[in-house]
Amino acid sequence: MSIRERLSGNEATAYAMKQINPDVVAAFPITPSTEVPQYFSSYVDNGQVDTEFVAVESEHSAMSACIGAEAAGARAMTATSANGLEYMWEMIQIASSSRLPIVMALVDRAISGPLNIHCDHSDAMAVRDSGWVMLFSETNQEAYDNMLMAHRIAEHKDVMLPLMVCQDGFITSHAIENIELLEDNKVKEFVGTYKPEHYLLNREEPIAVGPMDLQPYLTEHKRQQTEAMNNAKRVIAEVAQDFEKMTGRKYDFFEGYHLEDAEYVVICMNSTAGTVKNVVDSLRANGVKAGLLKVRVFRPFPGELIAKALEGKKSVAVLDRVPLLNATGGPLYEDVTSAMFVEGIHVPTVNYSYGVGGRDVTEEQINQVYEDLQNLNDMSNPYRFLGLKERR
Amino acid sequence: MKDLIEIRWHGRGGQGAKTASLLLADAAFNTGKYIQGFPEYGPERMGAPITAYNRISTMPIRVHSNIYEPDYVVVIDDTLLTAVDVTSGLKEDGAIVINTTKTIEEIAPLLNDYKGSVYTIDARKVSEEALGKYFPNTPMLAAIVKVTEIMPEEDFLRDMEGSFKHKFAKKPEVIEGNMKALSLALEQIKKIQ
Repeated sequence: MSIRERLSGNEATAYAMKQINPDVVAAFPITPSTEVPQYFSSYVDNGQVDTEFVAVESEHSAMSACIGAEAAGARAMTATSANGLEYMWEMIQIASSSRLPIVMALVDRAISGPLNIHCDHSDAMAVRDSGWVMLFSETNQEAYDNMLMAHRIAEHKDVMLPLMVCQDGFITSHAIENIELLEDNKVKEFVGTYKPEHYLLNREEPIAVGPMDLQPYLTEHKRQQTEAMNNAKRVIAEVAQDFEKMTGRKYDFFEGYHLEDAEYVVICMNSTAGTVKNVVDSLRANGVKAGLLKVRVFRPFPGELIAKALEGKKSVAVLDRVPLLNATGGPLYEDVTSAMFVEGIHVPTVNYSYGVGGRDVTEEQINQVYEDLQNLNDMSNPYRFLGLKERR
Repeated sequence: MKDLIEIRWHGRGGQGAKTASLLLADAAFNTGKYIQGFPEYGPERMGAPITAYNRISTMPIRVHSNIYEPDYVVVIDDTLLTAVDVTSGLKEDGAIVINTTKTIEEIAPLLNDYKGSVYTIDARKVSEEALGKYFPNTPMLAAIVKVTEIMPEEDFLRDMEGSFKHKFAKKPEVIEGNMKALSLALEQIKKIQ
């Protein structure tokens, strides 16, 4: 029996961390993820977990402390947003290249500047090729469920990569919604204990972590990181199967909503997907074959599967919750269209920058996208903006 | 109750609009509903206009947008009537609940010809009588529960007593006053249009 509750996304994340009871949590507060370590530290204070909580003086140190703890053989977690993640930047790569399965809650927020504390995905996208597994979450429920699956994926011996669970700042992190929680003992059993193969505190096997790695072997080590990321696909699928057996909740690389017979497809991630589902329902009621493809696993990118799911569609819109600053497409668009090219699938596909800096994403805006998809005659500029106020 | 009701709260920073929206979500949750309670965070300052939202539904809620066409609007501070378009998008079969001592003649010109129901309550009087201080959000919470009929009054009071016992575990002396504020508000809210 699951437990019916109502929690914000941040509360749900902190609750998952309590049930996981990691060895170390090191964090520095930043809006909108502050509540995660805040709630977690009260669990520490109340003795509900036996985690070593390290109140560091910066995010760079938060990630460094997690790296030290994981290298020693402990299970370490952290949470951050936006500029906090940017301040970790150097250590983000050290964590993944050292093959340390740290798990992080990333509460997505626009990166400065100008200063903005609200949701977009520019923080996550700035680290998208840093060797971390990246899971995205539509709701508080998905943020919780992804967190419960995180360690099984990250710590698998064929993966051994850090993992971040992303959710939308404020939109889900600060909204109270219904959620189904699992009992502590079920979580404990599902997540299991961390038994690293190699770790610094093993006196029987002295090792070096993070040594210099020059011309002779860096290429091979990077190839192994690639292999680990590829292996993560299999492991993510296996863990999701086990999770479904326990909860009945099915998770895949992406979720299709009326996707199979859809003619017009919107692709997006996180909270916007819920709003798109409402629009799909109303369009379907009017005979428009609308569908949604919501990406859950962004890294490793399931390009082949996504491309094949788009075969034969009339048109596709990829929504990137980031500013478009490269004079071509947003990151999700580039990934989707390049996967389509590689698979030889040619469907007119346009890109929208939307919801930047917390701009509210309405059903009206999504309706506009489907409207555009049904009248896609001019592909001369596929790079578009949604919900723009200025006249252009 | 309809399958989905949407509520928009207008208050000023420090008056507890966010807390009220979360307490309303709690109360509705306890009746078995699907709920959303979320504030619209801006540059938060004491006294600045703030907005919070509730969705209460018999079905799972998927939409993650603000509310533009609410069924109900709650105005915690009547000085907002001249500062914010509080009736924007408000459905005519819905209602607006305002914390004020003003009459309908005084208020009507500030409501953009709103044709739906208008309720008022003097939340300052209720709060000062029950709590000895001005916390308008507790009476306004009771007022909106009464107007929306999302749950029977007795269930609401019983449920809130549980919430207050939890919320004020470290200062139990304020529980009685808050409960009194709720019951006074349930009695004193009046329909003026």
